Amino acid sequence: MVAIVDYGVGNLFSLRSSFGAIGEEAVVTADPETIRGADRIILPGVGAFADAAAKLRDSGLDRVVTEEARNGKPLLGICLGMQMLFEKSFEYGVHQGLGLLKGEIRPIGEVIPEDLKIPQMGWNALIVKRPSKLLESVREGDCVYFVHSYSARNCEDSLLAVTEYGAELTACVGKGNVMGCQFHPEKSGKVGLGILKSFCACPGGV
Amino acid sequence: MITKRIIPCLDVRDGRVVKGVNFEKLGDVASPVELAKYYSDHGADELVFYDITASAEGRALFTDILTETARTVFIPLTVGGGINTTADFDRVLKCGADKVSVNSGAIRNPKLVGEAARLYGDQCVVLSVDVKRVDGVFRVFAKGGRENTGKEAIEWIRRCVGDGAGEVVVNSIDTDGVKQGFDLEMLEKVCEAVKVPVIASGGAGGIDDFITLFETLPGVDAGLAASIFHFGEVRITDLKQAMAARGIPARL
Repeated sequence: MVAIVDYGVGNLFSLRSSFGAIGEEAVVTADPETIRGADRIILPGVGAFADAAAKLRDSGLDRVVTEEARNGKPLLGICLGMQMLFEKSFEYGVHQGLGLLKGEIRPIGEVIPEDLKIPQMGWNALIVKRPSKLLESVREGDCVYFVHSYSARNCEDSLLAVTEYGAELTACVGKGNVMGCQFHPEKSGKVGLGILKSFCACPGGV
Repeated sequence: MITKRIIPCLDVRDGRVVKGVNFEKLGDVASPVELAKYYSDHGADELVFYDITASAEGRALFTDILTETARTVFIPLTVGGGINTTADFDRVLKCGADKVSVNSGAIRNPKLVGEAARLYGDQCVVLSVDVKRVDGVFRVFAKGGRENTGKEAIEWIRRCVGDGAGEVVVNSIDTDGVKQGFDLEMLEKVCEAVKVPVIASGGAGGIDDFITLFETLPGVDAGLAASIFHFGEVRITDLKQAMAARGIPARL
């Protein structure tokens, strides 16, 4: 069973439905025991980093997610949920993340040409940098759906895939049992469902 | 490179898909859930559901359809029509919409875009504008294109983007339903005015119109159309192949 952590941020309907579509049981939950009892954890998130991080902390679920991840349970962060896996974010100030992965979250505006729009919104191709179980179904040129203004940097030790948007931006990360997608797999058609399926199939990690 | 999006728009009334020609004549086409799944399987990058229902019963039917679609279709869904309050945002987001498009609601309540952007994020708020030339000036029209608000369109769009609209759908009433191509002049002005994604709507008659759109205006991010897709005049997979052959980034 997959626990989708509900800490009051964003719309989890599609995410839950996407697990239904690949035949995996998923529950949207804020209950620590349900999360502890799950086989895998999804940390979702949209909106501003500071706001989401505060909500996750206030719910007390940050400790549950961190403990479970440190105990080896597969964890997949999605979009802002992925960004929160890192040490810190520079979105309007400096904010602490969960620190499960090395690296930091910075504005994409620092690295992309000025004429490109921010956020990056739309479908862009995944460029795989390191083979992984998580992305084993992804073929060259496969596109996924992005909506983001910030991206992970200095995260070489977990980098699995990037996307090209005037510069190479971190698209997918994973180290051991801690994984993350900057894009929305639940909104990325068959390619995205394939990635969620791989997440559910990988025994211990990437 | 990020790809140019192709977006079929489904006008829904009382649970069925319809398409207006110059917003007047309406003809029933198909089931929204079936059509959404078909498009998703055949290369659509995103779907827009536009609720043109007037009654409360029709509205409940619409949210049922939306829920059913979001359960089976895994590409971004934008919902518009009858969005007047943040409670309306809430209602459709809970049924699985990813983005919410506001049109007349933003004209009636100038605070709506800002409030919704604060609550749900800029990326969730799509400004949809029906624009028509009146004495050589681009004017914003309300109520499905029937009422001239007197607002100058470019200024209105700039203001709403300033308030937090994360994307703009520009629907040219002058070219809508005419099938002679998108309104390049109008779209160019909008692209110059804002830095958020711009979606062109109104006027697509065939594949060449999309090619012309993206080649002439690199600032346009997506093309939206309804009847040419619904009636099978253009297949999205063919359109994508033609775009790619011309070097326009497309998701194949």
